[in-house]
Amino acid sequence: MNQMIHRDPDDFPVGEEILRMSGITKVYGNGVLANDNVNFSVKKGEIHAIMGENGAGKSTLMKILFGSEQPDRGEICFKGRVLTIESPKKAVELGIGMVYQHFNLAESLTVAENIVVGQEPDRGIFFRQKNAYDAVEALAKKYAFDIDPKSRVRDISVGKKQKVEILKILYRNSELIILDEPTAVLTPQETEELFRQLLLLKQNGYTIIFISHKINEVKTICDRMTIIRAGKTRGTYDVSELSANDISVLMVGRDVVQKIDKPSAKPGKTALSVRDLCYRNEHGAVMLDHVSFDLRAGEILGVAGVEGSGQRELAEAVSGMLKAQGGTVALEGSDVTGGTPGEIRALGLSHIHEDRMSYGIAKNVSITENLIANRCDSGELGSKAFFDRKKTSSLAEELVKEYQIVCKSPSVPIGMLSGGNIQKAVVAREMSVEPRVLLANQPTRGIDVGAVEFIHERLIRDSREKDCAVLLISSDLNEVLEMSDSLIVMYKGHISGYFSDVSALTEQELGLYMLGLKQQDGQALKEALHEEV
Amino acid sequence: MKKFKLDFNLIRTMIAIGIALLLALVIILLTSDDPWTAFYYFIAGPLSKAKRFANVIEAMLPLVFTGLSVSIIARTGVFNLASEGSLFIGGAVAALCGVLLPLPPVVSPVVILLIGGLAGMLALLIPTYLRVKWNANEIVSSLMLNYVLYYLGTFLIRTFVRDPDSGYLQSTKFHAEADLPVIVPGTRIHAGAIIALLCVAALYFFLFRSRLGYKVRMVGENPKFSFYSGIPYALSIFAAQALAGFVCGLGGATEMLGMFDCYKWTGLPGYGWDGIIVATLARNNPAWVPLGAFFLAYMRTGADMMTRYTDVQNEVVSIIQGVVIILLVAESFLAGWQKRRTFKEATENAKLEGGAEA
Repeated sequence: MNQMIHRDPDDFPVGEEILRMSGITKVYGNGVLANDNVNFSVKKGEIHAIMGENGAGKSTLMKILFGSEQPDRGEICFKGRVLTIESPKKAVELGIGMVYQHFNLAESLTVAENIVVGQEPDRGIFFRQKNAYDAVEALAKKYAFDIDPKSRVRDISVGKKQKVEILKILYRNSELIILDEPTAVLTPQETEELFRQLLLLKQNGYTIIFISHKINEVKTICDRMTIIRAGKTRGTYDVSELSANDISVLMVGRDVVQKIDKPSAKPGKTALSVRDLCYRNEHGAVMLDHVSFDLRAGEILGVAGVEGSGQRELAEAVSGMLKAQGGTVALEGSDVTGGTPGEIRALGLSHIHEDRMSYGIAKNVSITENLIANRCDSGELGSKAFFDRKKTSSLAEELVKEYQIVCKSPSVPIGMLSGGNIQKAVVAREMSVEPRVLLANQPTRGIDVGAVEFIHERLIRDSREKDCAVLLISSDLNEVLEMSDSLIVMYKGHISGYFSDVSALTEQELGLYMLGLKQQDGQALKEALHEEV
Repeated sequence: MKKFKLDFNLIRTMIAIGIALLLALVIILLTSDDPWTAFYYFIAGPLSKAKRFANVIEAMLPLVFTGLSVSIIARTGVFNLASEGSLFIGGAVAALCGVLLPLPPVVSPVVILLIGGLAGMLALLIPTYLRVKWNANEIVSSLMLNYVLYYLGTFLIRTFVRDPDSGYLQSTKFHAEADLPVIVPGTRIHAGAIIALLCVAALYFFLFRSRLGYKVRMVGENPKFSFYSGIPYALSIFAAQALAGFVCGLGGATEMLGMFDCYKWTGLPGYGWDGIIVATLARNNPAWVPLGAFFLAYMRTGADMMTRYTDVQNEVVSIIQGVVIILLVAESFLAGWQKRRTFKEATENAKLEGGAEA
């Protein structure tokens, strides 16, 4: 224990302003103005929410606080001292800890080893594993974290991994804890448990910054909140002051209807038929385990599940990006198992990939050239060998207009746009070829509410009016429940439930299937096949 | 926004060249007894006589070919460094044909240039094939390949067309019909200049107007994106690198038929490496390649004159080249300046669009 930083958590009075960030302005290298004169302060011992739509600048502000980005203007005052936080290491030394949305853990090490890494209990050059286990066990007990220090990180659930990250921060004696959208990867049950633990930490004098865009979570757990919209602060409020509707108006700048109205589906014949699809990744983990379902023209079939339950692999295997080791995929009756992405797209499949920045776009290239990627052999855009520049640019202008992509001109590199506008461009590209089957994987993740609404409208319109079959994969429960006509739930690579009528399903019930606590039998799952008997 | 970016890169290149020239001046001042004359020859020498200026054009031609080739290769993201060997084998094969193939005038250079181009293409495709087929690191395989090609070319010349009366390795004379005609009387500027310009135009259109060129750029920009979009990876890379190899081989053959009457190269000529400098200056855009090649050839010619008439050695050019390249590839050179401009622009935009986005 000799290397632990000794800091008295009671050296700063509860209720006093522990952190103040003033006039923070940050422009990224690509010209995106992420924070524009942001002012933000937190009192010791409170749970303070930072709310805003995705892309509003919340994450940038927190990266600046945690030292992984440097502000262009503005100052940070922590515990009464004006500081420069030049690196995350400095932030940790000061007593600031952060849990990212994507965890940074060594999968093959144990829970305890992950927690003590960098500050290991040692004797000379030897690591004292037993002391590490003891220390972690004591820490976990103190804050009621149910976790075994000796289990390997690769074997534990996402919720537990998050606990490891929080314990890691506590072990380093941080007093200010930043949680970046901690509930995005959790089931409803895990979320409740997390909230109990956060309240316990608060009682022990810890200060927590809780980044979120989910209004009801913030209402449940936070004391105060700061709202950020389009890179600017829109005020700090007591949570009790505002109704859910007030908050959403402040976040979006107008009223948002959260309920989605859609005409009822009239499913046609089977457009996509998946049978016994199996896939193991390069580490040998089973990602798809005999997945079978039918997707019919004109319906939206939702796929719910905790992230990492095989949804991405499902979309990639169907679209030809992955070679499945077993099973078949048929598109409108023709077998496309083992086809390349190009071949399968040519038969009428479009795919919105969940990883927008790596797969969805080429960021240094113009919007126009990003928009034509899935039709670069189309006869409508010029002769066999050459593009007709008039035709490509008029196509781009039409799409920019129709899909409301906010940009100076379609010749701007697409990486300059905000997340929401990039996603609109991806959606525009994938939907405007009028696909027979659309794989929409996390189509609205990380974008502002206005763009979400727009994309939802488009999905519904295309499925109802153009008879497009939509496979909607999402870890946003509200989205899958509101948008889907029928729903499958994935758990550890297999289908744990099929619901032909989503309106009867509650979030709680869905959570049980997502966690694998409930599992339908083979007979019930057969319904997903829509086979004539 | 695009215009601003273009301007920034142009200004950056100019400043890099300016700094390098200043450094050259300092070195000359330190080493020469008559520095101002030396500097004069270096900077203005190539302009002093029409013949000198013609030398610049002659020297720049092979650099245009290799500069184009490297530009295309760099766009694919597979960094094949066989341009040097590819140009060499194109020249060697052209020399072989020039001696051995009796063909009628006009037909002769056309056929030989095509054969030279094909030889360069085959050579350059070897590392590409190894990469696509077996994922062999193309940098290693292509670097090694340059030497294989060099010894293969010398072997061919030595075995089939060596001039037995010559003290060192050179071939017997080419058939007169194979010569590329001089197009500017009184100089050695030959028809290769026209071929080079045609190549510039062709490759520019290939890269920025053709469907295949688009695919090549997408594959190079983001392989994941192009895979997901259904753009064929191997085909795009192969097509682009085949084209790059053809241009290199063509450049070698053009140089051989245009500048020489028999094979005289005593080693790898180095144009392939120079092509990397030219492509860097041109930012891998075929349209800028002639300018980059001109700059390099101009400096070399100036340095040659300086060496001939004064006491300064022409290694000064290598220093300038080195400094320019380091400044251009160093991403943070002037990055602060660009950052401030971006910052200003972004904050101003935010004021303009403040209402529009919300």
